Amino acid sequence: MMTIAPEHKSAGIGKDIAVYLCLLALAGLQFVIAYQNIDASQMLVRMMVVAIVEAGLAVLFFMHLWAEKRGFLLFVAVFTGFVLLTMQYGWTDSFRMLVGVPFAH
Amino acid sequence: MSQADLTMEGHSAGLIAGTPFSMPTKKLAMWLFIIADTMTFAACLVAYGFLRNGTPNWPRPFHSITNVAVMTFILLTSSLTMLLAVQAAKTGDKAKAFQWTMITAVAGILFALLHVREWLGLIGEGMTLFKNPWGTGLFGSAFFSITGLHLTHVTCGVIALIAVALRYKGGRYKAEDLEIVGLYWHFVDLVWMFVVPLVYLLNLAH
Repeated sequence: MMTIAPEHKSAGIGKDIAVYLCLLALAGLQFVIAYQNIDASQMLVRMMVVAIVEAGLAVLFFMHLWAEKRGFLLFVAVFTGFVLLTMQYGWTDSFRMLVGVPFAH
Repeated sequence: MSQADLTMEGHSAGLIAGTPFSMPTKKLAMWLFIIADTMTFAACLVAYGFLRNGTPNWPRPFHSITNVAVMTFILLTSSLTMLLAVQAAKTGDKAKAFQWTMITAVAGILFALLHVREWLGLIGEGMTLFKNPWGTGLFGSAFFSITGLHLTHVTCGVIALIAVALRYKGGRYKAEDLEIVGLYWHFVDLVWMFVVPLVYLLNLAH
């Protein structure tokens, strides 16, 4: 006997259109940030925050992760989040290359 | 109790337990693929960020955002049309589901064509994998590898959409299969949300 997956709680297409409009607005915001007269690092931080919010909306509502079992949501969030965070470990060496400490020159 | 009985009991226990997270196997497989593919793209983007940060004369070759804005709009809209396809399939409207899936595929083709046009423009300006007229040669290899990886995913997605839509129309696939290929398509859209700011917007010529 095969276990049947729970049906997604469908709220019709209205919610999907609302999420789509939010995503369009957020994508537009990224383009606005690109023309702001700010430091590149500030620009990067602002754009990444917007991109993470966009990705969250897309995963939760377009990919229906929110409607899956909480255990699966936790599995995806914890596993993916952990690996993505540990990937940031190399940034310090990138700054070493830029600032030239200790052997870059 | 014989070995055969034990084996039977083992099978029964497995069947009662069901699939992990009560999710259809194909859907779970797609999610695992998406998680793995997230790591691939994340590794590429982090490596790109490493180079971008550590290289002083990084080129800023993009003068206009029109093309990338149109590409973003097309890809985001194709995600909505994919949702409409899945919604129609769940309500049993096969014709509409097929129609929306094909519209999604056409949007993917349009995106790919715009992408190729942009590549040809940059190649025409003298950019190759190893050199360009604006600064470090690393830019070309980083740009082409990241956008090329994404374009490959879009192309595969278009092929998958058409194949699944045709089989769905022919009765060999179910609504669940459309939903699974839809998951992949949304993922391709999601990756673009990070490629645009990192590869394009941060390299705008001011």
